[in-house]
Amino acid sequence: MPTHELILLKNMSTPGYTGSLADYERAGGYQALRKVLGKIAPADVTEMVKKSGLRGRGGAGFPTGVKWEFLPKDYQGPRYLCCNADESEPGTFKDRQLMERDPHQMLEGIVITCYAIGAEIGYIYIRGEFVLGAQILERALGEARAAGYLGTNILDTGFNLDVWVHRGAGAYICGEETALLESLEGKRGLPRVKPPFPATHGLYNKPTVVNNVETLANLPHILNRGPEWFASIGSPPRSTGTRIFCVSGHVKRPGNYEVPMGITFRELIFDHAGGMRSDKPLKAIIPGGASAAFFTDQHLEVKLDFESVAQAGSMLGSGGVTVMEEGTSMVWAALRLMEFFYHESCGKCTPCREGSSWLVQTLRRIMAKRGRHEDLDTLTELCKNIVGRTICAFGDAEVAPILSTLQYWRHEYEELIEAAEAAELITPEPALARH
Amino acid sequence: MLLEKYTDHINEILSRYPVRRSALLPLLNLAQREDGYVSESAMKEIARILRLTPSQVYEVVTFYTMLNLKPIGKFHIQVCRSLMCALVGSDTLVGWLQARLGIRPRETTPDRLFTLSTVECLASCGTGPMMQVNEEYYEQLTEEKVDRILADLKRDGTCSLKSGPFMFPQPELQQVKR
Repeated sequence: MPTHELILLKNMSTPGYTGSLADYERAGGYQALRKVLGKIAPADVTEMVKKSGLRGRGGAGFPTGVKWEFLPKDYQGPRYLCCNADESEPGTFKDRQLMERDPHQMLEGIVITCYAIGAEIGYIYIRGEFVLGAQILERALGEARAAGYLGTNILDTGFNLDVWVHRGAGAYICGEETALLESLEGKRGLPRVKPPFPATHGLYNKPTVVNNVETLANLPHILNRGPEWFASIGSPPRSTGTRIFCVSGHVKRPGNYEVPMGITFRELIFDHAGGMRSDKPLKAIIPGGASAAFFTDQHLEVKLDFESVAQAGSMLGSGGVTVMEEGTSMVWAALRLMEFFYHESCGKCTPCREGSSWLVQTLRRIMAKRGRHEDLDTLTELCKNIVGRTICAFGDAEVAPILSTLQYWRHEYEELIEAAEAAELITPEPALARH
Repeated sequence: MLLEKYTDHINEILSRYPVRRSALLPLLNLAQREDGYVSESAMKEIARILRLTPSQVYEVVTFYTMLNLKPIGKFHIQVCRSLMCALVGSDTLVGWLQARLGIRPRETTPDRLFTLSTVECLASCGTGPMMQVNEEYYEQLTEEKVDRILADLKRDGTCSLKSGPFMFPQPELQQVKR
């Protein structure tokens, strides 16, 4: 295995580390906060984060410091930080580990962020199913309050901050930042039309920053060791730092692996995750969570950084890398993902709500060997009518698995359809959307 | 009534938000924890507490999949069926559970002990197949583990196979040579 330094997973990889405040402090925790609070001006903290090149780890990869800078500077009134801990992208399970094993690392990042953006209230929006994670965070918040890292006059600097855990109740879409804000306001989690962006009109219509767990966990390290250090890791200048890649599927050792951005899929899958679980060769890779277009075995040398994956036609997304072996039906895989999207479409935009229903029905019919050749055109046409025609990125996400499997494995769709034609089991009319 | 029983807790929840309505999901989660589902009377009470109409509460309840509008079994078994778990055998897991419990997804056993559901991704993709039972995760499931979990739940109401603070692979495998 190649040698590299662990940053985010370092503490929890130390035998006996419990994630308690005492353990975190012993490992050097809250030193960055002491260094920053009252000593470095908030605008300079933002500048340092910009210089580090840190980009959001939730999926979109937006530069974190730039996001903070969008907050209006002369605004008098409350501002908010929302930590996006809604981790729901199929294939992704890193935030759960960061929260349950080293909660203070992320909390220190939250305090630093709130100081930089001038927020006095922060909410951690955690998916409802993470009951254990919410309990661990509550305990950590209690420890931090008692130790004076939260509350009024933090570290005698005059800075006040309260942070609360807010549990969701089961809705993938609440990971979308404006849906998260709606949900936090006690409403259905429907994404908002943008602009205005959360930076000016966010939670309760106030300036708001939404950052992912892993993004926030990076901050203490950037402030401790300097932006230049961080910017030297990975594939500078556009993809700096490490990523925690969540490897799942048909590999020997699935799990979370923290590596510098820029290693290849081959290195991640074969060196870190132990390679394929059986003697069947690799067939397909989902490079960045369910919303990312599929890759084939021809993409093993692609580098795991934002630009390389985008150039190869997909996205690094949330860091969820799913590996599939030879013999896995790509039509079936696309259908399974489409069923996920159909279930999770919030219903606000017609192309996504109705389109996901049509896509699932058409795929089910093909899979059941009752499809016909026109169905492939129907699929493509439907996808074209969804992309770019919805309020949030969900619409673009749901078509990625279908379009990419059609691109690389069209023959699998055709074989199923030919089987249907041979058996004369073609449905007389295309199925209509559910009413 | 929730407010009578949990006065301090509810007031503490309300104090976290500058806008009252934000306490809706926390109160709904509390109501479901109390009764196993969100009853009509709970929705009406929460509406009163938050100064909302009952329909404003109801429209939120119907949006979120974790909130049940009807009573369910004592143990709610939710199996992740999304692609990543399906690749490593979640359909087989559903089959085992159906055979053991004699029910299909969305059904409850006649003794009202178990309700079986299939759900979408629970962020446990590297440790599938998996299921959530009430508030606990059970991961890397095998037929033997499922038998033990069901027996333990019936007998003790809990099972030691539940997941603790999550880390996978375990620390010793994560350690790299310098």
